[in-house]
Order: sequence, then C-alpha cells, then structure tokens
Amino acid sequence: METIRLVCVGVGGQGNLLASNLLGQAALSMGINAVVSEIHGMAQRGGVVESTVLMGNVTSPIISNGEADVVVSFEPLETMRILPRCNSKTVVITNAQPLPPFTVSIGQGKYPPVDEILDKIERKVGKVIALHGNDLAREAGNPLSLNMVMLGALIGSGAVPVTEEAMKKIISIATKKAFLESNLKAFDLGKQVAKKLAS
Amino acid sequence: MHKLLTDSPGMDVLLLGNEAIARGALEAGVAFATCYPGTPSSEIPEQFFEISQEVKDLYFEYSTNEKVAMEVGAGAAVSGVRTMVTMKHVGLNVASDPLMTLAYTGVKGGMVLINADDPSLFSSQNEQDNRYYARLSGCPMLEPTNTQEMKDWTVAAFDISEVLEIPVIVRTTTRLAHIRGSVKLGALRPRKNVSHFQKNPFHYVCVPAVSRNLHKELLQKYDRAQEMSEKSPFNEIIGTGRWGIVANGATYNYVKDAVADLKIQDKVRILKLGFSYPMPKDLCTRFMKSVDKVLVVEELEPVNESDLKAIAQENGITLPIKGKGIGSLSRLWEYDPGMVRKAMADYFGIPYTAPKPVDTSDIPPLPGRPPTLCAGCPHRATFYAVKKVYGKDAVHPTDIGCYTLGLLPPLSTGDFVICMGSSVSSSCGFSRATDQKVAAFIGDSTFFHSGITGLINAVHNNHKFTLVILDNGTTAMTGHQPHPGVDTTPMGIQLSQVIVEDVVRGCGVKDVHVVKPFNTKKTIEALQASLEYDGLSVIISKEFCPLFAKGIGKARKAKPFMINQAKCKQHRDCINLLACPAMYLKGEQVAIDQNLCIGCSLCAQVCPENAIMPAKE
Repeated sequence: METIRLVCVGVGGQGNLLASNLLGQAALSMGINAVVSEIHGMAQRGGVVESTVLMGNVTSPIISNGEADVVVSFEPLETMRILPRCNSKTVVITNAQPLPPFTVSIGQGKYPPVDEILDKIERKVGKVIALHGNDLAREAGNPLSLNMVMLGALIGSGAVPVTEEAMKKIISIATKKAFLESNLKAFDLGKQVAKKLAS
Repeated sequence: MHKLLTDSPGMDVLLLGNEAIARGALEAGVAFATCYPGTPSSEIPEQFFEISQEVKDLYFEYSTNEKVAMEVGAGAAVSGVRTMVTMKHVGLNVASDPLMTLAYTGVKGGMVLINADDPSLFSSQNEQDNRYYARLSGCPMLEPTNTQEMKDWTVAAFDISEVLEIPVIVRTTTRLAHIRGSVKLGALRPRKNVSHFQKNPFHYVCVPAVSRNLHKELLQKYDRAQEMSEKSPFNEIIGTGRWGIVANGATYNYVKDAVADLKIQDKVRILKLGFSYPMPKDLCTRFMKSVDKVLVVEELEPVNESDLKAIAQENGITLPIKGKGIGSLSRLWEYDPGMVRKAMADYFGIPYTAPKPVDTSDIPPLPGRPPTLCAGCPHRATFYAVKKVYGKDAVHPTDIGCYTLGLLPPLSTGDFVICMGSSVSSSCGFSRATDQKVAAFIGDSTFFHSGITGLINAVHNNHKFTLVILDNGTTAMTGHQPHPGVDTTPMGIQLSQVIVEDVVRGCGVKDVHVVKPFNTKKTIEALQASLEYDGLSVIISKEFCPLFAKGIGKARKAKPFMINQAKCKQHRDCINLLACPAMYLKGEQVAIDQNLCIGCSLCAQVCPENAIMPAKE
C-alpha cells in the first residue's frame, strides 16, 4: 500500500494521544504496519499536543513540512498552526469548535474567526471536513468523547485504510465499560457527519 | 495482570518505545530497578512501579536522585542481581560520578543504564549528546532504532554487561522513547532477586592503588567490547552500492525511508551503527574501502563523523567523509525525514524536488498556546503572594518542575534556572553578589533531589535570602511519581514519609514558616516576615497538586467561582495578575469558565471589590 502520513493535533486534555494510539492499534490489528509518535511532557498543562500515525512501508515516526497526507485536528486554531505540514492534496479533518488559548482569554492576542480559518484552509489543501465535534460529543452523552468523534470522522472520510469494524473493536477493548456506549455513539456521529461531508 | 507480563512469546503487540525497553528488561530477568523520573524516560520506571506491586521478586524504587539511583543499582549489580537504572540525559550528569568509577569496579549481575537524550529540547534545559558518556566512562553503548530493537537489544545489553562485567548504556532519544510500534514478544526469563555479595575489597574499594589496576582492567574490557562490537549483528552493512551512508538511532529510519523515496536502493551502502561504542573499527574500515564517499547522518554532535575520519586516517583511506553542514544537517535539534532526504539528494547529486508545503504567507500571526499552570494550581497563589511582597526588583532563582512556568508574565517569578537544585545554591551567589532581595523557588521533589546540600551551604555560610519550597505532595511535572516527602498510603504502598519541615529545621534553618497558599493573607504575612528577617528564611507552601489530589480521591470539595457582574468595577486584577486559564473576557466583562474552575478562591481574595464568589447551584 501507499504510505499514509497522518498528523493529529489538539490541546492537552482533548485526548488526541489516545486517539492516535487506538488508530495505530487498529491498523496493526488489520495487518497494516503502523508507527505512532507522540510528544508528552507538558501535555497536561494546556499546551499543543501533536502525535503522528504513519501507515504502510515506512519506519520514520515523524512528518516533515509539506508531507502530511491527512490532518486530524481537534481545534481550529491548531489546524491553522499545523498548515505548513500540509500540501495541496492533504485531507484535513477538523473540529470547528474553538478552545481559545488563555493568551486570547486574557486579551493578549485575537482568535481569528473560525469561518475565515476554514475558508483559508479550504483554498490551500485537497479537502476539508469540518465538524462541530464538541456538540457531537455532548450529543453522544459524554463531552470528553471528542476524540471518538474525531476518530469516527477520520474513518468516515475514507482517508485511511482502517475499517470501522477494526476501529470499534479496539475502542471496545480500550474503553472503560461506563463510557463504552457513549464512545461508540460519538464514533458513529463523527463518522456519519464526515461521510456526508466527504461525499 | 500487567500487560508487560504477558507470557506469550511470538505475540505481536503495539508498545511505546519505553514500554518495549521495560519488556526487554523483564525478558532478561531484571530483578532490581531504580530511577529518578525525567522526560523522555519516565514511562520505563512507571511500568516497573506498577509491576513491582504485582510480583514479589522485582524490586523497584523511585530513588531520591539519579546519583542515588545509580549507587543503589550498583549495590545490587555488584552482588550479582540483574539491574536496570533509568534516567534522562541531564540525569546522567548527576549520576556520572558513580558511573565513572563503577565502570572500574564493574558488575557481576548484568547492569543496564537507560539514557534518554532529548534533541530539540522538548522538555529539557539543554540538548547535550550523551554518546560522549560512553567515551568518558568506557561503558559500551547500544543505540536501537525502533521499538522491536528497543526490546530485543535491552535483553542483549544485559547479556553483554554480564559477559564483560561492566554496565552497558542503552541510549534512546525522545523520538524513540515516545514512538509506538509493533513488538514481537520473547520469552520471560526467571528473576534472580537475592544474591550473595562476594567480598573483594582490593577490587571494590577504589583507593588509588586499587583503581590503578582497575583502570587497566577497564581498558582490557574495552578491547573485548570492541571485538564484540565488530561481530555484533547490531552493526550492519546494508546494500552494495558505492554511496556510503552512516546512521544511528532515530536517523537510521529517516535514511532507510529516504533511500526508498529517492529510489536509490542499488546505489547505496548503509552502515547502521547499533553497537556504537566501542566503534567497530574494522567494520568501519571495510565499509569505507567499499564506497566512493560517505555521508554521516547523526543528530547533535559529530561523534561518528569524527571517529570515522580518525579511522580513515589511521588506515590511509582518503575519501570524502561529510556530515554536519550538508544540506541543513547541523548540530542543532532533531532531524526529520525531509531534511535527511534533501541532504542525501544534495550530497550524492540526485535530482529531487521536495514536496511543496502550502503557502502560509497570508496566515496572520496566530495567538500562542504556551503550556500554563492549571486552573487552581497552588503555585499561582504562592507566586502572586511573593510578587506582592518582594516587588519587581527581587531576583527569583527557580528550579525544574511545573513551577518553572512561573517565568511567564504576569507571574514573572523565574529569573534563573540551569539544573535541578540550582535555585538554592545560586541564591547564595545572587544574594552575596547583588544588592537585590532574593526569593527562590524549588519544588518538593526537586528539594529532595538536590536542594538539601545547597540549603546546608546557605546555613553554614550565613547567606541571606528566602527559599520558597512549593510542596504539592508529588512529582507533578513528570506524572505524579512519589518522592521522599510523599505520603504514599493513598497510593496503596507503605513507604516512610520524610517531612520537608523536619529536614529544613534539621539543616539548621531558624526562620521557617509553613503556609497554605490559598490563604493569601497569612501567606503574605509570612513572606513579609521573611523579607524583614536578617538571615535565611524558608517558606514551605503546602497544598496538593489538584491533578494529583483528584487521582488519589483527595480533590478539594469546592464550588467553582463566578463573577458578580453588578459588583465588578473592571479593575481586572484577577485576570491581569493571575493568568488563570479558567478566566476569560466575554466581550468587555471578565468571566469564569465553570468547567475549568475548581474553586481555589485565589481570584476572590485578589478582587478589590469582593465581586467574585462561589457559584450558586
């Protein structure tokens, strides 16, 4: 298979490390070689958290500028920040609901309007799938299931060769019983919205 | 059962690099493990910590610091027990003293030292290249390149260590420590956790007469290690082309992928240096004789490049050997696949167009998202009080932990940090050499790590400053590991607690105040007293890290706060002085995010109009 280079960005606490880890496990369970890379450290302190998942015949765990095939972003400002990693073919799947950094909250900088952000990105990359991830997570019954919404959207977009069945199986193994139903629902909601937007 | 204890040889699992190392140690029958946590090594001891609570015959401890960890490990290893000691690169500076002479005495049980370097300084104060420590100590070094090798070579490192009777260093970097990749499990060997120390003072007591001989023995071990490295399957020549490329660790992956991307499989010959110290000189010579030119791809210092040039010179080989300076390969920061691909194309003259990143020239500067102290972090309250009492001109030497984030405005309570423990000792210098007041910060774990000797120095030499010990009951930054000052009962383990105040008083400090930082008035009073005290003062600011407290079921039972907009007169002291991530501007009004606020009440105490109050249900 062609190598797929996917980068996942978000803010500490949004659960993107778990998402990339589960995606890697799902790929592996299907016999697809996968390398996942994460930057830990200050992740819990509200900073930017980035992880990558590379699938196919590849060993390098990181992605250079212009070389991302897929971006999964949990936050629109961070989608903007990761743009140098994209090229004109990149598929960008992004949450459209902002989590303003505290620098903005306290008036040291302005958060650009989300519509403008998405409009700019759409003109630069191959495809943009933008969804209201936090709303969908809440609809699923657990505001913390944003990562499941985004995983669902990724699978629904068809940008990676990982199947829904493989992904759900891994989610079921990794999730605490109390959250399983809401996690799977969040996954389905993300998947449905992305499918609609991708077609 | 812990997932790393799965006894299914041949099974494929996805493991974090650091988990793969821990698994390798278990497969090698490790029975004794010590560490001081530090990114990017912390997940290795985390596994041992969990496993040691399940199995009786694996001893594990979080030691006070890396030097202590190394010495505790040394006691076990010279007695014949297989031992692993883990630390980050700068931790090895602390542990280098015992390592240098432990290399002389050698060990009986295999001893593996895991050293995690951090190119690009993702979470460190420098990006030193610890391959030099292999050269400095004489200990062999292995540099795995992926998760499978991190597991397999850890097993091999124990065997090599036991054969040569010397500690073996396994070096990782952040990229390797924090990748997840597929690992085929091997068999778990039984653990031998009790041994009998064979006395031999004329070997183990390093007085000059003994050490003179031991140094000779070390050099003999070096020769044997060199023979092993020549034959080691970890040093490998791949391909039969005339373009030579030398790679190690993470960069090997970038080279391998670049060869495929550039479709030059038949043109290149790669020397992969896995058993990288001692250098396999004969192998390197054969390699250099079989190629037309050599590109050395290595992050940080030109260690392999210099060694290869020396080997070439010794053997009369004259061919171009380059590394640093080709393309954008430099001594700075970590490499990436695109950078390595470009350097290879440049050096070997391969036509190549790099993928074109999208044009971002029309993207305005984006607001930053720096890491910040959590909402309800007690450090914020302490910093606020210190700032209020000591003013803008006071010097604030600080230390290594979450509280280093205090350097950012508006808290601005960090003026100098170089290493663990430096807050206390450098304050001795600042207070003598300047006409400014000095109020230093150190966390509880860092205080035990290396703050105590500095404090004794301050007492003995009559230095006059204030040390604020931020006692949040855990090692917060690296993931809530216990340390000597922690009450471990809620974690289900019985370790003895050393009380910070007892230590401070035991060191001879006379002016000691213990405060609760969320009682702003009393904290300010104590700080005021320290400001007026003509001598050394210690303020112990005691309050749980809220993340840790939540984890052990001791979270504050407080309601989130809200702003009474009718009373708010827009002084904005709350938002301007505290920079709490729970506060934001809603139009022109300050508001509090009820989902983030944990009700620490600091802002309510700061507000001059008493406009901030607990939210109603």
